Amino acid sequence: MIFSFDLLAEALIFGLLLGCFYAAVSIGLSVSFGLLDVPHVAHPAVMILGSYCTFIVAGWGLDPIVAGVVLMPAFFVLGVLIYRFYYESFEKRGTEAGVRGLAFFFGIAFIIEVGLILVFGVDQRSVQAAYIGSSWALGDYRIPYRMLVAFGVALVLTLALTIYLSQTFTGRAIKAVAQDEPALRLMGANPVRIKQWAFGIATAVSALAGAMVIIVGPVEPAMDRVYIGRTFCVVVLAGLGSMTGTLASGLILGISESIVLMFFGASWAPAVAFGLLLVVLGIRPQGLFGR
Amino acid sequence: MKFWIGSAVIVLAALGVALSPINEYFFFAAFVVLTFVVLATAWNILGGYAGYVNFGTSAFFGLGAYSAVVLFKGLGAPLAVQIAAGAAMGALLGFGVGLLTLRLRGIFFAIATVAVIFIMETLMINWRYVGGATGLQLLRPEAMAPFTSYTRMLFVVMALMAVVSVAVARFVQTSWIGRGLRALRDSEEAAEASGVPTLRLKLFACVISGALMGAAGAPMPMYLSFIEPASTFSLNYAIGALAAPMIGGTMHWLGPVIGAILLASLQQIVTVTISGEMNVLVIGVLLVLFVVLAPEGILGFFKRWLKSSSR
Repeated sequence: MIFSFDLLAEALIFGLLLGCFYAAVSIGLSVSFGLLDVPHVAHPAVMILGSYCTFIVAGWGLDPIVAGVVLMPAFFVLGVLIYRFYYESFEKRGTEAGVRGLAFFFGIAFIIEVGLILVFGVDQRSVQAAYIGSSWALGDYRIPYRMLVAFGVALVLTLALTIYLSQTFTGRAIKAVAQDEPALRLMGANPVRIKQWAFGIATAVSALAGAMVIIVGPVEPAMDRVYIGRTFCVVVLAGLGSMTGTLASGLILGISESIVLMFFGASWAPAVAFGLLLVVLGIRPQGLFGR
Repeated sequence: MKFWIGSAVIVLAALGVALSPINEYFFFAAFVVLTFVVLATAWNILGGYAGYVNFGTSAFFGLGAYSAVVLFKGLGAPLAVQIAAGAAMGALLGFGVGLLTLRLRGIFFAIATVAVIFIMETLMINWRYVGGATGLQLLRPEAMAPFTSYTRMLFVVMALMAVVSVAVARFVQTSWIGRGLRALRDSEEAAEASGVPTLRLKLFACVISGALMGAAGAPMPMYLSFIEPASTFSLNYAIGALAAPMIGGTMHWLGPVIGAILLASLQQIVTVTISGEMNVLVIGVLLVLFVVLAPEGILGFFKRWLKSSSR
């Protein structure tokens, strides 16, 4: 292990950018799992599906970010369908849904992953854009533009969702469902429709997150596995359903991962998210900014 | 009594088949099927009876495999010792995971067990002694006396382990331990309030289940003559061990056995006739179909018949 303050500064800058990116890939889960209590283990798989869809749409000549935005309505519908199916099969029947609900999403994740392998093969795929491949020289440090783009989109996404959930009528309704579903039912509102809408939004956001994943680096079908650790780590560390908490814990994960990457090598990096997740679950399962 | 006679018949049949001149490939495939019987039975002790979903079967399996490799490389230990070591390490990891159940339930517990897989895998990737990321070739010793090949011997060993693990699961299910586990699955608070020692039972279930999974992993390096982290800690073991009980039925010890035999045989056929990717797709699709359409699995169809016959 070689230590120097230059390396540390570089690790911090890179970790900051990486952290915002991790917050962005986790924010959909923060809504679907954090607010709606759906055990959405397939979230990373849906996101990687978003990356591959971005790959196709960007192949028609669109910018990858635009491609991600274009995909959002389709993913919204997909999310509504997934939730509807989950609700009809498990939530509605009530008791003992826990084990089977989890198994259901685990199965969905595998189906998406193998589906991607069958269609695209196991090779890595990437997209082209002006900002991919070049970097910005800031003094002695080189910051890749693709990380800056992901950083920017992540900030916008987090801010937009925070404002949406706290300021708009439907956004508040979503938070109300999370806080007290029976009360909402007594008020005459239909919690299922609100949750369906929220799950749609969470899935639409995952499409854009998927676009960012393929901008930041090449993707392969089995990549969702390592993102299970990263996304759940961020969401649990944040405390379920806290949007600003998601940004903060994304930064914590990004910085820790980049420090480990810089000082111990790439082979240890995948364990950081899972290790942090295990520590948080063991010591403080309600997270840092819990509701 | 019927159970024990049946078990003895199965082990003797396995021995007989192994000594007959059947094609070697049969043993190659049957070993994997039997491994899944052990894994699914072990998974069901915690997942089916107690309702704690363990996504981390691969961690236990891989730990068992690597314990065997370390003992074999360091001391040249025989297979029986390797299996015992795998079981011991699996039990130890099970105890650690069991402590997590103090605080975690449902999806939190499930995700924590996934984390254990990736942490174990990273540790092994960074451990030079066992070959790191590239893996390690292993030279198999000669097969023991009556057997003509090592694979045949492993087949009989695995058949024995399958029978033992089913007997353990059956014991857990029919004794007061099983009643306690079912009680805490339905409501942990109510069980605790009625005097069920929930923590001790959960720890016991985790340790037993972990030990069986670790033991199941131990013969794998010898079977492949090779070990490597990515395939040893593959999530395919985790989904297989979870899917088999879901398909067979989680309430009875027979469920995981039926599920594992059906699923793993189907997978072997699909792998040979279509492709390796397709066999994972088969598990995923069957798992989703069964949890949605047949919550009680195949055994759900035979429920009345099962109730009338003795356990």
